[in-house]
Amino acid sequence: MTAISDREKLAYMAAQAADARLNVELETEGMTLNLGPQHPATHGTLRIVAKLDGEQVVSCEPLCGYMHRGYEKLTEVRSYPQVTTLVNRIDWLGSFANEVPFILAAEKLMGIEAPPRAQWIRTILFELSRIANISLFLGDLGLQLGAQTMGFYAFRDREYVLNQIESATGGRFHPNFDRIGGLKDDLPKGWIDETRRAVGKLRDFCDETDDLMMGNEIFQARTRGIGVIPADVGLAYGLTGANIRGSGVDWDLRRDNCPPGLVYDKIDWKVWTHPDGDSFARTWVRLQEVREAISIVEKLLDSIPSGPIMAKVPRIIKVPEGEAYVATENPLGEMGYYIVSKGDLVPFRVKIRSASFNNVSIVPWVARGAYVPDLITILASLYFILGDIDR
Amino acid sequence: MSSAEGTVAEETEAEVERDEAREALLAQFTAELGDAVIGSHIRPGDALWVRVDAAAWRTAAEYAKGGLHCEFFDFLSAIDWLPSPFGRDMDSQEDLVVHGKEPKEAPPMQSGYAGGDTRFQVLARVASTSRGHDVILKADVPDDDLSIDTWMPVYAGANWHEREAWEMFGISFAGHPHLAHLYLPGDFEGHPMRKDYPLLARRVKPWPGIVDVEPMPGGGDDEGGDGE
Repeated sequence: MTAISDREKLAYMAAQAADARLNVELETEGMTLNLGPQHPATHGTLRIVAKLDGEQVVSCEPLCGYMHRGYEKLTEVRSYPQVTTLVNRIDWLGSFANEVPFILAAEKLMGIEAPPRAQWIRTILFELSRIANISLFLGDLGLQLGAQTMGFYAFRDREYVLNQIESATGGRFHPNFDRIGGLKDDLPKGWIDETRRAVGKLRDFCDETDDLMMGNEIFQARTRGIGVIPADVGLAYGLTGANIRGSGVDWDLRRDNCPPGLVYDKIDWKVWTHPDGDSFARTWVRLQEVREAISIVEKLLDSIPSGPIMAKVPRIIKVPEGEAYVATENPLGEMGYYIVSKGDLVPFRVKIRSASFNNVSIVPWVARGAYVPDLITILASLYFILGDIDR
Repeated sequence: MSSAEGTVAEETEAEVERDEAREALLAQFTAELGDAVIGSHIRPGDALWVRVDAAAWRTAAEYAKGGLHCEFFDFLSAIDWLPSPFGRDMDSQEDLVVHGKEPKEAPPMQSGYAGGDTRFQVLARVASTSRGHDVILKADVPDDDLSIDTWMPVYAGANWHEREAWEMFGISFAGHPHLAHLYLPGDFEGHPMRKDYPLLARRVKPWPGIVDVEPMPGGGDDEGGDGE
């Protein structure tokens, strides 16, 4: 295996060669390839129109909107507590994580802070969503590249975490559990020990993934040096989450801009980065993130304080006039809500900044000159959820 | 994690009434852009809003990226400050008929932080991952000519955000190479996120939550007491 700097050099040369081939080779009659809207690599209904020259992508254009539900408009006729039901459905694999930044933004405008126990449970559920979400990604990436086993393992082991989310919140996929000023309910009896056992099983899953997939020669050949995104390009496109950390940018909102209401600053943990910027790097960072999330959950379970789970809030929630932007590090990347309030029951305007929207907008850039099978790898490794693009 | 603890300590210090880091950032903007900085707002320990002249929208982005190291493009969108002609809160005209209430008077148009003179404003947030600061930029879009410079040459990621703002608000971005529909079908008419674009589902059916609402036990008032 070559050293990192060499690999970067190789990727650069490969990109140059791709450019040269596209421009210099005799003009052949191009072919247009339609991926989707129902292709399994698109996690929903994204359509990608790729213009090909032989096996190479000359240009490609993602067409979204098949799933646009107009949440930004709908929030303008929903009261603040009702909005969480909607935003649950943005990234449906990590639903609880969608509610948190919205609630935190409303709390910021109202000047309310949830009691410590609620903050702890919130953070634990947030990380459990991350584990459930990213473990499915690891399995799905395996499926895309022909490693069927990974898919089965991921669906099997994710269930342990979903069971814990369900037993705490009542919802397997859409908890709708976070409230302005705290949480809906306290934890059920015995939940803490069960969760510890459940995340222990996920740790085994991570080791299995490491052995089966990351160490696999075919997997490495399919992902190393494929879809290289340099840090400055990634930042200009607004890439976040593991996609930008896979390009070597040490940036994690949990550590660098943690909004009040989550307790990441109370424990010790580590942000993982990888310098390569290719599909392998992004996958590797995500795998480490699941491991880190497991240890975060374990540490938080050890230190969970007692006390109330709800602050004193008015029964009818009116948010004072003002504007606030709160973003958190969701499983897919930065998810934020820019709320404009006019002091009414309903928000005046909510801008939903979802991670996948930015993450996918780089596809035309990164897919240029790639081979068709690599396009699948690139899409899968960028990891998007359609609900998170289309909102 | 030691570096993060350092950041937290700094933030707590900054929260004491003034936010010197953000004030310094604002001063840099003012020094570079001069009169083009029309308004600003700082919430200590949280965020900085800078409103620039529409003509300086691109220049502001160039300076933020080149001069202030804000290489991370977060989002770009727009706000329609027109008060909704369909009533406030959750009362649509239909609900008012059902309940026999008078419609609430629409408040005068009023912009948010950092002020504003026009109906439409574009806003964008950029941040520096290396220095850890961020800024929310705003600009008024002239009422008679809904057009503003594109950010694409500065931040490539502005592409889709501007397409979304264009189709949802009808603001065009001068210099954008491919201002086509992103979400909506190609023959869609109107700009759905404008306040005067009716949400059809709310026009034809009263709000179910309002019709079915039951009074809370023990409390007749509507303004609510304590949460407990």
